[in-house]
Amino acid sequence: MENSRRSFLKLAGISALGLGTKPVLNAFASSGEKHGPEIFPNQEALTAKRWAMVIDTRKFESEEDLEPIIAACHKIHNVPKLKEKRHKIDWLWTDDFKHVFTYQEHEFVNDRVKHLPFLVLCNHCEKPACVRACPTKATFQRDDGIVLMDFHRCIGCRFCMAACPYGSRSFNFRDPRPFISEEDKNFPTRMKGVVEKCNFCAERLAVGKMPACVEASNGAIVVGDLHDPESEIRELLKNNYTIRRKPSLGAGPAIYYIV
Amino acid sequence: MLELAIKGGKKYWILIGGLLAVMGIAFVFWLWQLSFGLGITGMSRDVSWGFYIAQFTFLVGVAAGGVMVVLPYYLHDYKAFGRITILGEFLAIAAVIMCLMFIIADLGQPMRALNVIFYPTPGSVLFWDMIVLNVYLLLNIIVGWNVIEAERNNIKYPGWIKALAIFSIIWAPLIHTVTAFLYCGLPGRGFWLTAILAPRFLASAFAAGPALLILLCLIIRRVTKFDPGREQIQSLAKIVTYAIIINVFFFLCEIFVVFYSRIPSHMDHIKYLFFGLHGHGALVPWMWTAMAFMVTSIILLVNPVTRKNEAVLAFACVILFIGTWIDKGMGMISGGFVPNPLHHVVEYAPTIPEIIITLGVWATGFFILTILFKIAITVKEEVSGV
Ligand code: SF4
Ligand code: SF4
Repeated sequence: MENSRRSFLKLAGISALGLGTKPVLNAFASSGEKHGPEIFPNQEALTAKRWAMVIDTRKFESEEDLEPIIAACHKIHNVPKLKEKRHKIDWLWTDDFKHVFTYQEHEFVNDRVKHLPFLVLCNHCEKPACVRACPTKATFQRDDGIVLMDFHRCIGCRFCMAACPYGSRSFNFRDPRPFISEEDKNFPTRMKGVVEKCNFCAERLAVGKMPACVEASNGAIVVGDLHDPESEIRELLKNNYTIRRKPSLGAGPAIYYIV
Repeated sequence: MLELAIKGGKKYWILIGGLLAVMGIAFVFWLWQLSFGLGITGMSRDVSWGFYIAQFTFLVGVAAGGVMVVLPYYLHDYKAFGRITILGEFLAIAAVIMCLMFIIADLGQPMRALNVIFYPTPGSVLFWDMIVLNVYLLLNIIVGWNVIEAERNNIKYPGWIKALAIFSIIWAPLIHTVTAFLYCGLPGRGFWLTAILAPRFLASAFAAGPALLILLCLIIRRVTKFDPGREQIQSLAKIVTYAIIINVFFFLCEIFVVFYSRIPSHMDHIKYLFFGLHGHGALVPWMWTAMAFMVTSIILLVNPVTRKNEAVLAFACVILFIGTWIDKGMGMISGGFVPNPLHHVVEYAPTIPEIIITLGVWATGFFILTILFKIAITVKEEVSGV
């Protein structure tokens, strides 16, 4: 509360400043010089033309291998643990092959695949249905392909949840804050009534860190630039057969699985 | 003219009082929902739209259905409907207001609803739905109010009103089409992903809306001195008959495509609704009831002997209304979410608070409808000097 009031004041101050200086800036602009505020990218930031992820499921054996990865993600993003199943919020979770790759399994699929838990998360689709559906642009896609949420703009209509063909989105059916065991101050908590999902650790990439799941995966998860032929991810895609979820929908998921 | 609404008999005030009481109770529950969040409803991550959106969808149909009494009068010069067009327009007003209330009730952050206008997003169907609904509301308020005022002053409504009325006739199918587009353009939901969805919505709307109008006409004849007219009711009944037959026909077309192609992602939803899936089948009895009601109403409506008997007609309209309500108000929305995108069967049932809030919105709609009809009918009684 205290915190949010302070940041509100800060924001208000900055906007007031912005309003006050605007005429001045305009005056500069009209004199032919460009004196707008310049934004410098963080030199350390990890960037890509098109982010993507490869999950090498051969390196996992059981739920236990995946738990720390999920825990890492949920911890730094303040994902609450709700007891009521209906209110559950997940950014990264696991499910069986037949549920993750719906209608792709068959009776004789090998035992390992049949019983292996697969990681599931937002696919950061190339043509995201959620972005198309959102009536406020609270869900939007960056130029590098990452699909993000503006928690302060979302009206909670949940059109995006109906639109997402992968079930990647969760809704805050109640105030999530009491259900966060240990709050990480580096990432905002959410309020009731808004949608959330995996953000590809955009906040970490921005300061030069790899996504939390990648760090916790002992090399089983790799992210990189799909447009860079030299990247590790392209190397992996070249040398391994990979599959994506529901390819026939044409959404272009950016999460590739080596099975 | 509003003053006409505050001059009524005892029964009128009992009705108004009753509706206000339901609205009041529901309002308290809505405040609870505001403070706790949508967690007090039965919705979940898997079935993320429920009762509210279903009622919304059904009521857009009722609103659009009102046009079926307006259209023959303005476009085909069918004079008999001149007496009752106002009822269709006022019904549309009440129905659209309920729709908007259900949308607000369904929002996680209703205080931010105006973000849809502040950050207009023409790529989102919801943006367009907001526009078409509000325009339709406005059209009906302007047309309805002017028509009844002209009638009261014994003059003909101005020419531009006729132009607006014709515009609203074109607009009516649009509101339900856009509402269908909310669902049928979503890639991963096989149940909705069908081009017949909008036509189906329209057919059931043009059955349910006029059926409700028939019932309202019969009630009006009983409790007021104004008689909407036997011919009028019979003409409406014929419209209802065609519409409900087309509705069932469209449904059967869908069934054929889905079950002959045997594509599981399309089949599984319908299987869930009518037979149950992986041991879950909460909606099975409801869906069969809906089908039985719709088919029975067709039998009663097609046969001129039963249709012309107003008691039987009333019965047919009641079951038709309930049937289409179950079909759209219960099956259509949760049916699309079960099974979920990962093919888990997670069922949905509305909770008590959710049902009370829903009843509150319906009560508000009927409250508005009562007042509007009271005004319209008092004017008609005055004019005809009874
Ligand atoms: S997986 Fe779903 S939420 Fe993620 S980008 Fe694709 S459509 Fe959007
Ligand atoms: S719930 Fe929020 S993010 Fe999703 S469509 Fe609505 S406004 Fe956009």
